Amino acid sequence: MLKIDSLHVYYGGIHAVKGITIEIPRGKIVTLIGANGAGKSSTIRAIAGLVKHVQGHIAFTGRDGKETELTGKTPETMVKLGIAMSPEGRRILPHLTVEENLRLGAYIRTDEDGIVSDIDMVYSLFPRLRERSWQRGGTLSGGEQQMLAVGRALMSRPDLIMLDEPSLGLAPLLVKEVFDIIRQINSEGKTVLLVEQNAFAALKVADYAYILEVGNVVLEGTGEQLLSDSRVKAAYLGG
Amino acid sequence: MSFNMFVQHLFNAITLGSLYGLVAIGYTMVYGILRLINFAHGDIFMLGAYFMFFGTVTFNLPWGIAAVIAVAASSVCGVFVDRIAFRPLRDAPRISALISAIGVSFLIENLSLVLFTGLPRQVIQPEWMVKIITIGEIRILPLAIVVPVIAFTLVLGLLWIVYRTKPGLAMRAISKDIETTRLMGVSVDKIIALAFGLGSALAAASGIMWALRYPQIHPFMGVFPGFKAFIAAVFGGIGSIQGAMIGGMLLGLIEIMIIAFFPSLSGYRDAFAFILLIVILLMKPTGLMGEKLEDKI
Repeated sequence: MLKIDSLHVYYGGIHAVKGITIEIPRGKIVTLIGANGAGKSSTIRAIAGLVKHVQGHIAFTGRDGKETELTGKTPETMVKLGIAMSPEGRRILPHLTVEENLRLGAYIRTDEDGIVSDIDMVYSLFPRLRERSWQRGGTLSGGEQQMLAVGRALMSRPDLIMLDEPSLGLAPLLVKEVFDIIRQINSEGKTVLLVEQNAFAALKVADYAYILEVGNVVLEGTGEQLLSDSRVKAAYLGG
Repeated sequence: MSFNMFVQHLFNAITLGSLYGLVAIGYTMVYGILRLINFAHGDIFMLGAYFMFFGTVTFNLPWGIAAVIAVAASSVCGVFVDRIAFRPLRDAPRISALISAIGVSFLIENLSLVLFTGLPRQVIQPEWMVKIITIGEIRILPLAIVVPVIAFTLVLGLLWIVYRTKPGLAMRAISKDIETTRLMGVSVDKIIALAFGLGSALAAASGIMWALRYPQIHPFMGVFPGFKAFIAAVFGGIGSIQGAMIGGMLLGLIEIMIIAFFPSLSGYRDAFAFILLIVILLMKPTGLMGEKLEDKI
């Protein structure tokens, strides 16, 4: 569904992504793992249209089979094509209520009935958000904010959902919950692109994984393959 | 001072205060989103008054229709200013946009001087608005009731847009986090244009009512009300719409009442606002209702 071909990303003079090629098949969970500065976030931000200096190809094939080139497009185009992103650090709007945050996620939609029922869907996925629907986003705990960020991304009814470091800063129990949710979203038919530093958890849920180092793909394979790879064990899984 | 006199002054203060407040809202909206002080905002106020003048005097339109057209035309001017002077500078350092704002302000003022000439013009006041009515011993202009009523209706309409509509939601979202809002599929430039359009419409409405209340208009008439409305916005807490209106009201009240109680100080009338600005910036830079400011210009 998404094919990235020799993608280069430049950030104010820094060559952050150096010609990576990645494929995300429909219905799968694909993960990009690597240390800070490996180029994971830059890749995902390039797909979203948030970075200016991008070379290479990002081709998205929608449900209708039509292929669209995403390089040089705006985030608005991305959302309309059926891609949603939950950014690193969750970026909940602190002064808006939980419900307003969700409505913002549905900004491109005009079907009020559908929006209302999707808000309900998000609340049944995350019952704690329902209790807090009138609370401001900034008053939620880190875990609740992460759930809201995922819920908000679901509100545009995307085919592909991109999650940037969803487990960052969460307690181990919540990390498990987040990965359970990712699995559940995927089982309901959404393709997931997951960017993670928590390599072990990410590899366990992923169908396919790419390991990035300083802007290059150094290793790729199915989650299982990489989990048992000695190089991966040494570098990312603590031996 | 008699009670009757006091009530008359109070009406004047509320009139002036609502006019400041309407202009202050435009400063506050643009600042809330772009962290930019739009110095050209006072000139939109002036354009509103001129468009009203042309509508009523040159084209002989009824004042209501002329006012609506003038507000719409000024709103378009505000959006146009954003398009040519600020949008190309979205990623530039904020000081560049500020300099651009000052440049646009000079441009509008001096272009108006060329196009409209510097001759003060007289706006036609509808007779019923300036026919003094007497309630008991109190004598007031109907305008002193019309202006606050229109001003508050407009503010309520704006608050409805900001808090109850989808573009309003986007506007509140981008005031905190432009990038995340963009990720939700919001076309940020359109929302910013809307903010300029709404702010300019209110400034123009204020300029029109100002011209009805103080009928002489000229190309530099927006400068001082613009400064004062900016002060009102800071006073109320820049970034807050309600704060801007409250700041405007209080500034109007302070100005009128100081002169009313100490007529000998009337020569310093314009100085009060600036003294107030200095005091606020020293004592409570976030204003009455403002949120924490990270950095200011």
